[in-house]
Amino acid sequence: MDQEKLIVSKIKKGIVIDHIPAGKALKVLKILGITGYTDYRLAIVMNVPSNKLGMKDIIKIENKILDKRELELISLVAPTATINIIEDYKVVEKYKVKLPRVIKGVLRCPNPMCITNKPDEVAETIFVLRKLDPVVLECKYCGTLIKGDEIEHNLSIQ
Amino acid sequence: MSLRNRDLISILDLSRNEIEELFRKADQMNKFLQEKKTLNTLSGKIISLVFLEPSTRTMYSFQSATYRLGGKTLVFASKTTTSLAKGENIADTIRMMSAYSDLIVIRSPYDGTALYASMISSVPVINAGDGKHEHPTQALIDLYTIYKLKGRIDGLTIGVLGDLKYARTIASLLYGLSLFSPRKVYLISPGNLTLRESVRAKIDDLGLEYEEVRDIRQVIGELDILYVTRIQRERYPDPEEYERVKNAFKITEKLLENAKPGLKILHPLPKLDEIDKSIDNTDYAAYFYQASLGIPLRMALLASILG
Repeated sequence: MDQEKLIVSKIKKGIVIDHIPAGKALKVLKILGITGYTDYRLAIVMNVPSNKLGMKDIIKIENKILDKRELELISLVAPTATINIIEDYKVVEKYKVKLPRVIKGVLRCPNPMCITNKPDEVAETIFVLRKLDPVVLECKYCGTLIKGDEIEHNLSIQ
Repeated sequence: MSLRNRDLISILDLSRNEIEELFRKADQMNKFLQEKKTLNTLSGKIISLVFLEPSTRTMYSFQSATYRLGGKTLVFASKTTTSLAKGENIADTIRMMSAYSDLIVIRSPYDGTALYASMISSVPVINAGDGKHEHPTQALIDLYTIYKLKGRIDGLTIGVLGDLKYARTIASLLYGLSLFSPRKVYLISPGNLTLRESVRAKIDDLGLEYEEVRDIRQVIGELDILYVTRIQRERYPDPEEYERVKNAFKITEKLLENAKPGLKILHPLPKLDEIDKSIDNTDYAAYFYQASLGIPLRMALLASILG
């Protein structure tokens, strides 16, 4: 974290998303719905050295709380990410994001003939985690597998 | 475990023991049929046949099996004559049919429809083919046919030839075979009709012993069973791609000169030109026998779920 301190100061309250794979920070902001027009005060640090990852990105967001769905989304784009919860300038909680075994509604199935893509139906997508490293997800309805960049490309929030 | 009130969405919903129990029950049903006995196992029961895609054998054999067991059917068969033509969605159709009947048999061009229907329905759902995904009752008939012809499935060498990419019967058959211990399964197809990645990953996980070959002549002498499927024209997004592959393979008498004695050829039907018509009258042809087993097997299944 030394290098980071050189660039941005500590936040009083909010979250620090650390260990984001290098280059994915903007994608993480996007799936959190944070654009230049939202009120959050935030800092993005990209392409800094990391012992674990070689290179990593970091995001600090003031006064932000993550809900379950946002954590699932982050785990799909940045499975190595750690979340630090900051209160009064101190880290009060720290945990790694964890891919859930079953992911509901967050992804689209890339198979155009999957029932979840049929207009007029109410089928919420359900993906089951098949492999962790690299991540492979299987559509519970049609069996289609998605992995790697396909996961990002099929997020229902783009 | 009993099949009572259970759904059948994938053949992997069943264990080997449950499949073998269905075979024993199908044998009994066959015996009743031969003795022209009337059964009343499904007396007072109504089966909905929701067929959103054309079908001959599957729909009529479910209907026949229901009648043979003393039950009645509601047929919701065509988009043009039902409220689906008015824009009603599958979900509402299933809600309605599950209120009208004791079990729903569904076929649809969309992958995953059967699971979707089972999540909505208050009565058991049987998958009669959902897109290119699965067709578990056909796979049960295929396995039952092999079992009847050879007395076993374990230890056999089985060739699966044809459109491995889009044929739902192939996916279900391979999953079903993985519950047994065949000596080897040869997956025979031209390069562009090979298994979809999702099916390959699943049979890898299930530990099925298989090898992929391009040309049937390489393995014809080893096979106990040859399972042939047609090119699934209706699943090709691009008609030109279909034109390129439609004549990619054909079983001829000349090819069978090198076959292992006792080889039996299966086909889920309808067949087009994949098998030369001259083979229909030979001892190799087991596909019409296979189709005839659809009735006792589906009777056994319906009786197990609702009996």
